[in-house]
Amino acid sequence: MYRYDEFDHALVQDRVTQFRRQVERRMKGEISEEQFRPLRLMNGLYLQLHAYMLRVAIPYGTLDSRQMRKLAYIARRYDKGYGHFTTRQNIQYNWPKLEETPDILAELAEVEMHAIQTSGNCIRNVTSDQYAGAAKNEIEDPRIWCEIARQWSTLHPEFSFLPRKFKIAITGCENDRAAVKVHDIGMIMKRGAAGEVGFEVLVGGGLGRTPFVGKTIREFLPKEHFLSYMEAILRVYNQLGRRDNKYKARIKVTLHETGKEEFTRLVEEEWEAIKDSTLKLPKEEVDRIAAHFHPPAWKALPNDAPTCDSRAASDPEFAAWLRHNVEEHKTAGYAIVNISVKPPGEPPGDVTDVPMEAMAEMADAYSFSELRVTHVQNVTLPHVEKEQLPALFDDLAKHGLATANVGLVSDIICCPGLDYCALANARSIPVAQELTKRYTLERQQEIGDMQIKISGCINACGHHHVGNIGILGVDRKGEEHYQVQLGGSASEDASLGKIIGRGFTQDEVIEVVDKLLDTYLELREGEEAFIDTYRRVGMNPFKERVYGTA
Amino acid sequence: MTQIVIANYLGSGRVVFLAKGSGNGSVSWGELIDTAEVATDEDRATALLALAEADVAERNVVMDPYLIDVEEEGGSLRPTKYREAIRALGPTVRQDLGKQAEGAEA
Ligand code: SF4
Repeated sequence: MYRYDEFDHALVQDRVTQFRRQVERRMKGEISEEQFRPLRLMNGLYLQLHAYMLRVAIPYGTLDSRQMRKLAYIARRYDKGYGHFTTRQNIQYNWPKLEETPDILAELAEVEMHAIQTSGNCIRNVTSDQYAGAAKNEIEDPRIWCEIARQWSTLHPEFSFLPRKFKIAITGCENDRAAVKVHDIGMIMKRGAAGEVGFEVLVGGGLGRTPFVGKTIREFLPKEHFLSYMEAILRVYNQLGRRDNKYKARIKVTLHETGKEEFTRLVEEEWEAIKDSTLKLPKEEVDRIAAHFHPPAWKALPNDAPTCDSRAASDPEFAAWLRHNVEEHKTAGYAIVNISVKPPGEPPGDVTDVPMEAMAEMADAYSFSELRVTHVQNVTLPHVEKEQLPALFDDLAKHGLATANVGLVSDIICCPGLDYCALANARSIPVAQELTKRYTLERQQEIGDMQIKISGCINACGHHHVGNIGILGVDRKGEEHYQVQLGGSASEDASLGKIIGRGFTQDEVIEVVDKLLDTYLELREGEEAFIDTYRRVGMNPFKERVYGTA
Repeated sequence: MTQIVIANYLGSGRVVFLAKGSGNGSVSWGELIDTAEVATDEDRATALLALAEADVAERNVVMDPYLIDVEEEGGSLRPTKYREAIRALGPTVRQDLGKQAEGAEA
């Protein structure tokens, strides 16, 4: 894992001191709320429906047990005992006090964490694959590049006041677990013709009011040009991006209005001018960062796991967990374990202090102290010995963390919605809670791979556009209503869902999901997943079932 | 029409209501909706909001005051818009938190 050097420490400490003074001045009335708002937002502090909300960055979703313990401690000491893991690999606290926020930031700084660039029109927390460093078909650990991007983008003077916020996601293999195609810049690691490593560069993906799947503007970028190319993209965007209209200010609209060809030409032109500048990454510098992501000391193990196999043969609950929550690791004898923090009936992504601490303990005991937070709002232990899986499962079960539903119907992405969020039109959590309680594990297994994603407003923090079934909360004449979309995907085959028709009440939308699932099960061929059936048969059969007419 | 003024405490961020008895030079804020000063006509509502805004500038204890519509229901005040009702009570998915749990939390 990356460890702060003296510059990182100084920067984060200085920011805490600076913010402490700003808070003092605000409390004394020396600065108004209007003057203070941008300052608090630069430190991740929002004002939501009931109280302030602090958004803390978990850089590229990686954290160690010490950091997870600190997050638990902050939840207990400064908040109401829980935090919310978001789709951008951040954690949000819903009830911090303004006066205590500098103390929280100081606590975070102790474990090399902060809330910088979790808000505002700057480059936000770079996100990545939760399996980084463990994924079977990974070319290189993408976190090396995420960390390079983090250092480059942190307080970057030219890009601190962009037309709008800017989100970057990077993955180290062809499997997309980081939704890279719906980010402002998506980088997919690839090999070139001669086997050299580089990136496919996508630009202009995004959700929100105007969703787009990102477009490839460069098929292959040699990795030493990683920063100069991003700088070129940001420069073009910074100049062309619309500052006259907030809703048209994201790079996806710039790309759309400028046209991919012209936009690419401008980027390449800018890049030509800077590609051999100081932004060209010397190998020694990449190696210096890469050293922080050296693989842990895996043992040489056989790939067979007899203890694990015999437990699976005799314990169907363990077998189900193994099947849904555990993934193959790149090293023999190891596995990647996904911890579902979505037991039936609970708000997706909300975790209380005790399970957070339990996960930290388990990271120490089973996974070289490492954890990851995923964009689907779960937690991953990246390096677990296969023979330890039964013991880990038992420990997880003791803390209610052994729900075997990763990738199934109840593994729902859901934003905070109107229960917390000042921008919301409707509640999203109650819909998720109802759906997660609705289907037995057998039923969920019968349905198979499914991504339901729910947002409480058009800002789409719950990624509803890329849900196989997407649900969007809207306000219809003062009533909460829900629009349903079908056919979205956030994976390597990314696609945007289409609205099925008129919206529904909260009760109706639950029944609609039932009908959609029934229709799929009737129509599917063989092992076909929901998304594939939808792509094959189209919207009409689903529409007919839901409305009684196509 | 029936309206009250809602705002947030500066320090804690908690939702507050311009309290009964505010006026004539004195302003106070209460955390429970039933303690709110109620305006039943537009002039009074405007006056209450002006009072709240003046208090923001003078005492710096609350921020972002605005008027919301309420109705009386069984002797209690209830915002007519569900957004404001959730603000006044707390998250519907965590009934143990927010105003709705005030008794239990105290
Ligand atoms: S999608 Fe809307 S309601 Fe949900 S968290 Fe984002 S802004 Fe809030």
